[in-house]
Amino acid sequence: MRILVVEDDPILADGLAVGLGLAGMTVDRVETCADARAALATSTFDAMVLDLMLPDGSGLDVLGEMRRRGDRTPILLLTAMDDTPDRVRGLDSGADDYLGKPFDLDELSARVRAIARRGNGRAAPCLTACGVVLDPASLSATLNGAPLSLSRREFAVLSALMERPGIVLSKPEIEDRLYGWQEEIESNAVEVHIHHLRAKIGRDTIETVRGLGYRIRATS
Amino acid sequence: MNSLRGRLFAILLTATGVIWLSAVAWIYSNTHRELEHVLDTRLQEAARMVNSLVGSANMTVAMAALPGPQAEALGYERQLSCQIWSFDGRLMARSSGTPHGRLTEVPSGFSDRIVDGEPWRVYTVANETAGIHIMVGDRLGLRDRLVSELIKGLLAPALLIAPLLGLLIWISLGRGLRPLRAMAHDVGTRDADDMSPVDAAHAPAEVKPLAQALNGLFAKVETARRHEREVTAFAAHELRTPLAGLKTQAQIAMATEDMAVRQGALQRIVLSVDRTTRLVRQLLALAKLDANGAAPAREALQAGALFDEITDSAPGTAQQVSISLDPALRSVTIQASRELLTLALRNLHENAVQHSPAGGRIVWRATASGHGIAIEDEGPGIPEDEMALVTQRFFRGRHKSAIGTGLGLAIADAAARRLGAALRLSNRADRSGLRAEIEIGP
Repeated sequence: MRILVVEDDPILADGLAVGLGLAGMTVDRVETCADARAALATSTFDAMVLDLMLPDGSGLDVLGEMRRRGDRTPILLLTAMDDTPDRVRGLDSGADDYLGKPFDLDELSARVRAIARRGNGRAAPCLTACGVVLDPASLSATLNGAPLSLSRREFAVLSALMERPGIVLSKPEIEDRLYGWQEEIESNAVEVHIHHLRAKIGRDTIETVRGLGYRIRATS
Repeated sequence: MNSLRGRLFAILLTATGVIWLSAVAWIYSNTHRELEHVLDTRLQEAARMVNSLVGSANMTVAMAALPGPQAEALGYERQLSCQIWSFDGRLMARSSGTPHGRLTEVPSGFSDRIVDGEPWRVYTVANETAGIHIMVGDRLGLRDRLVSELIKGLLAPALLIAPLLGLLIWISLGRGLRPLRAMAHDVGTRDADDMSPVDAAHAPAEVKPLAQALNGLFAKVETARRHEREVTAFAAHELRTPLAGLKTQAQIAMATEDMAVRQGALQRIVLSVDRTTRLVRQLLALAKLDANGAAPAREALQAGALFDEITDSAPGTAQQVSISLDPALRSVTIQASRELLTLALRNLHENAVQHSPAGGRIVWRATASGHGIAIEDEGPGIPEDEMALVTQRFFRGRHKSAIGTGLGLAIADAAARRLGAALRLSNRADRSGLRAEIEIGP
């Protein structure tokens, strides 16, 4: 799950990046409205954590622009002003959730997972396909009821594929979910992860579509 | 009198009364004069008439003296009295009701006499042919009565009308002052936070200045309130954000198994506590500045001593910065409040330290006038478009430092203002860096 964090306070932004990283998310950090716009123009994110008071403007402006141009990226607003009218204004501007500072890191992770899930049109917290069940909250997985041990990257690749069973994801799209901007992408890393996953959950569950990418078999 | 209506009423009524009385006085004197003239002419004509009668008819004076009906003068009847005297002083004839005494001693023309205790006006014609004086006179008392009757006739309706006029003025004033009452009602019944302007466009010209002044006041109050809201919002943001950072880092330290991650989180917690401590100190300094107590006492301060005090107590920084004092400044004496000047300089110095690159130099110099202190650093300076904003509270521009609170320059500015001095910020011309001057009068 790739998350954009827009927060100008370096310590909090670092905390968000590390904390959400611990929850299995790939986090990209920007500090200003301008950088947020640039990030949104070049990448897609599963969710966005947006601070309201930024050095070059209000997060509400960025939010308003995104919604006007039809960007449906789920957004959680972070703000120091958590009076009811402020919450209402934030939500009415198109935010999906709202959290006042200071907050609990676990609650933030849960809320980000929730808005990302709903953004993918899913209500159930766990991902299920072909006997594999992924629980993004605990980063745990089972295969036909038996515990399944997956690395962080493997979990990310598999959950990206399982979010939309039957839909083909290209290699760059999968890499996008795996790596933030700061991280170096190893060539053929995706192939390696797919190889390991097939060994763990069975060869047929992940199909290769030649020249396009990979997908999860639609039928269970 | 405190009521505008009452005051206007009194003024209008007095003015009306004065005008009325003046008019009455004017009419009185005018009428009096006209009447004198008319009655004098009548006397003259009557005398000439009797003279011509006596002359032309060659009537004996005895005939003329035949007494008429003896009716006592009532009202304005029998105003005129006539006497005919021979040159040798015999009363030849007199009209009825005429006093027996000679009306006048003047041989011809007008004269005023007291006859039998009454003032008379008499006109005398001398008839040389007949050897007689014909005197026609009337009582001045009658004339005065005529005038006073006339004036009474004028005053009587005025006295009747006066209360009516007063009532009319009172009601008109009430109607005239209605816009004021309406505005007072509008302002009086509005909510405490309703700062919308009153309707000045449709107010009468006299009320307009008041309405505009009110609107000006509303606008100022609204601006002050908005500023206060913004500062509160900024303060909430600036206080809660580091708290959120602290909590997040603490939770990371608890959750992670990775020692390096835990170490990093703990280091950031310490950094964040330092920053928050500084923020609290600065907020307290600002609150103290805002409290606006009595004007601080001035004393003679040695710039060198201030430099030593501030640089000694300044918190150390990770990167090495060289700090020096221009020798010319050391002996400069400045008349100012020690507390305020130290506060301003300390914040400027900290700002310079925070923005200095590793190995950067900070120099304290005397200003061109010799009455101020300038602090120069070798940091990135301030982008020109942010220059006007940096003294706003919580403003942190593009070149913000990790430990900055957005309050340092605001405090320096506020302290300088309270010193009666000016804080001048400029980017250095010779190289990148900021020059901050506090200019204090001699």
